[in-house]
Amino acid sequence: MPSLPLLLSQAFNGLALGSLLALVSSGLTIVLGTLGVLNFAHGAMFMLGTYAMLVVLQATGSWLLAAAVGTLFMLAVGVLVERLVVRLFYRRPPDDQILVTFGIGIVLVESVRAVFGSETQHIATPSWGAGVTRLGFLIYPTYRLELIGIVAVTLLVLYLVLYRTSVGLVVRAGIEDARMVGILGINVRRTFLLVFAIGVAAAGFAGMLYGPLVSITPDLGDSFLVQAFVVIVIGGLGSFPGAVVGGLIAGEIISITSAFNSAYSEVMLYAVMALLLVARPQGLFGTEGRV
Amino acid sequence: MRSLLPEAVLVAALLATPFVFIHLGASYDLMERVLDWGILGIGFDLLFGWTGLLSFGQAAFFGTGGFVSAYLLVYHVIGSVWLALAIGTVAAGMFGLLVGWLAVRRIGIYFAMITLAFGQMAFFMENSPLSAYTGGENGIPGVPVPTIGFGASAISIRPGLPMYFLLAAMFVACFILARRITQSPFGLVLRAIKENTARAAMLGHAVPRYKLATFVIAALFAGLAGGLLGVLQSFMPPDAFSLDTSGQLVVQTVIGGVGTLIGPTIGAALWLWLRDNLQLIPQVGALWKLVLGLVFVVLVIVLRRGICGEIREIWRRRQHAAAPPPAPMLAPLEMPLAAPLVRARRDAPALETRDLAKHYGGLRAVDGMSFAIRSGSIHAVIGPNGAGKSTLFKMLLDEVHPTEGEVLLHGNRITGLGATRAAQLGIGKSNQLNHLFLDLTVRENLRIAALARRRGPFRLDVLRRADSITDVERQIDGVLATMDLGDRANVPSHILAYGEKRRLEIGMALATGPHVLLLDEPLAGMSPAERASTRGLIRNIGRDRTLVIVEHDMDAVFELAERITVLYEGTLLAEGTPDDIQRNQAVQDAYLGGLREHEPA
Repeated sequence: MPSLPLLLSQAFNGLALGSLLALVSSGLTIVLGTLGVLNFAHGAMFMLGTYAMLVVLQATGSWLLAAAVGTLFMLAVGVLVERLVVRLFYRRPPDDQILVTFGIGIVLVESVRAVFGSETQHIATPSWGAGVTRLGFLIYPTYRLELIGIVAVTLLVLYLVLYRTSVGLVVRAGIEDARMVGILGINVRRTFLLVFAIGVAAAGFAGMLYGPLVSITPDLGDSFLVQAFVVIVIGGLGSFPGAVVGGLIAGEIISITSAFNSAYSEVMLYAVMALLLVARPQGLFGTEGRV
Repeated sequence: MRSLLPEAVLVAALLATPFVFIHLGASYDLMERVLDWGILGIGFDLLFGWTGLLSFGQAAFFGTGGFVSAYLLVYHVIGSVWLALAIGTVAAGMFGLLVGWLAVRRIGIYFAMITLAFGQMAFFMENSPLSAYTGGENGIPGVPVPTIGFGASAISIRPGLPMYFLLAAMFVACFILARRITQSPFGLVLRAIKENTARAAMLGHAVPRYKLATFVIAALFAGLAGGLLGVLQSFMPPDAFSLDTSGQLVVQTVIGGVGTLIGPTIGAALWLWLRDNLQLIPQVGALWKLVLGLVFVVLVIVLRRGICGEIREIWRRRQHAAAPPPAPMLAPLEMPLAAPLVRARRDAPALETRDLAKHYGGLRAVDGMSFAIRSGSIHAVIGPNGAGKSTLFKMLLDEVHPTEGEVLLHGNRITGLGATRAAQLGIGKSNQLNHLFLDLTVRENLRIAALARRRGPFRLDVLRRADSITDVERQIDGVLATMDLGDRANVPSHILAYGEKRRLEIGMALATGPHVLLLDEPLAGMSPAERASTRGLIRNIGRDRTLVIVEHDMDAVFELAERITVLYEGTLLAEGTPDDIQRNQAVQDAYLGGLREHEPA
């Protein structure tokens, strides 16, 4: 049995990882819910965000600027990919959508590899996130605490946009029935474009926050893509609350298991998914019969 | 009759390959790896190309087969390489059974995500918890080569040309087996599932079991390929389990040609050759995968068929241009060979509903409906739009589960059994909207239907030919003659005219040899001339079976039906002979305005 401080610290690690997963997965899930497209390039978008951060930071040294430029860049990538490729696939079968986004993922990863090489890169922890914070019961790296806070705010903004604005109303109606929304005279295609760009930017932004925590390589996004899939299966397809809750659950499963036996941390995540598939195939927040 | 041309060409090409390509700079090692990926690809093509199940988790089975075989050999659990390969293959198949059992419950997006996730799970299992056995990130080195013969006279299959021929022999065996599968009744059902899953199930094929069986077959191929990978490299690499392996397989298959069996091998040759050669060039070395990625994206966007698919398409067009006239038909069997119904109760009505109801939230689409359909009669169900006819029809063969009540077929309860079981018990249905297997020929469409009750819900008859069952072929000829589709038998059903498609839709329901045939608006969308001839046709069909018809064409209904049931707002308004119904005041009111006395005018 691991000690209490270790468990607590792993629980916080789970929260940090889980909040990142929640952000990545909510990007994936709003695209899936609205456009009906499962974006296999989502992991590559995450990676692209990290590299965008890296480049701007190296050039300017400003975190604020890097986050702003990086987010705008990711929105632009989203718009470009939607206009050039994904748009052609709304009426094609899901397998084609999966294949083409998978291909886009390869192209993005290999483009980054061509420019930056396969060598690992590093982003130093920002000065405002350096050191540790004493929480009384636990001493924890400051940056990770801030990361949890930043993701929480981002998710809140995403929630407010989706649930408290008229654009969000259209998006949510589009999730229910995109055709009907079109019949009502709303430009669904433009909404699709917006949603896709936001989804991509969410993944990219998560990638930016993740940067200081890891060694950066072009394959960085792969594991996040698969984990985001697991989150969506757990949370329910196309469900925003499902993605957030599922993300936190997934993060905690990985971290807590790792406190007991790190060899099983990832395996446990898939085992839980398998169990859930048997017990509740539609996921925690999903409705029966959708997708 | 079986065309062995592809097999012959394949053997010739594989015999020539080492002597040609070795001069073009390809190593034996490269050729062996291409064939190994090819074996993996054949299984994947059966899964994706034939059945339409896009799996991103094939690495799990590739790795399982490889590591089980390698472990048994390197740690001297088993001496025989052949036996180790066999055990590794079976282990992969069993793992496939487990993953498939969970994955085939879901389709499309879900299926791809779940297989991908289980692939990753296998990767992490290999890497950490099982690393004591698998060597973790180091893999298992020192896998021995197989030998032929026993004792001192045994010959080792050395690397180089002998190993190439081992791989080639394995590949040919796998190709022949896979091709047999695709030409079998089992394989035809797989195509039906890919083309139109719902219809395949409605005709009486147990779709989930076919999917699971194919998933296991693909896992077996993958397991064998994995075992061979260790043998040919004398090393079992851990990246066999990686996500990249599954992804590479998908890309190779799409580039080479989905649904061609040989396509994945061509794709693998391209991938591995490019990687081996471009990597040597200093400036472009890192770009080879980017180039392949771009090619892949372009292929998915514009050229769907891949290299082999395009070649086959050109070949087919040429053949089609010089197509021989359709073969003369066998003497049509006296229609229908309906399989005997289990425990048919005497004197019971053919079909009976008791208090049948379907509520959607507050909407009572069908509410407490009881009626019986006499055996051997033609019975029409009519009613204004929204009366509940379609919902009722769907409940009759358990496509939709009723909220309350039950449906009895010859006195046996079928509610709750599902459409597939209902079809097996002898209820056929033609749909209001055509549900055809559009890429298959008219004859194949009918064959899928005729095979359903003849073979039962599931059978693993992978070695016999789909067209070799004589009474099924006679049944098809009978339906072709009845539905006047004889001269269209060998054209793909998507090029049929609308009226012909309607007749094929009805013909498919008929070809299952049902006791009770449900026709949902059989005349919908037909021209007046087509209506007239189809009416005659329906009367013919109705001579020796029970027919239930929903139809808006009242002339047809009153001409054909012996009894008529009238629905109105989910309830039974009237029932009787055509004369009774014509005179019924309530029916006239319902049709002439749908007003009830208490409703304001």
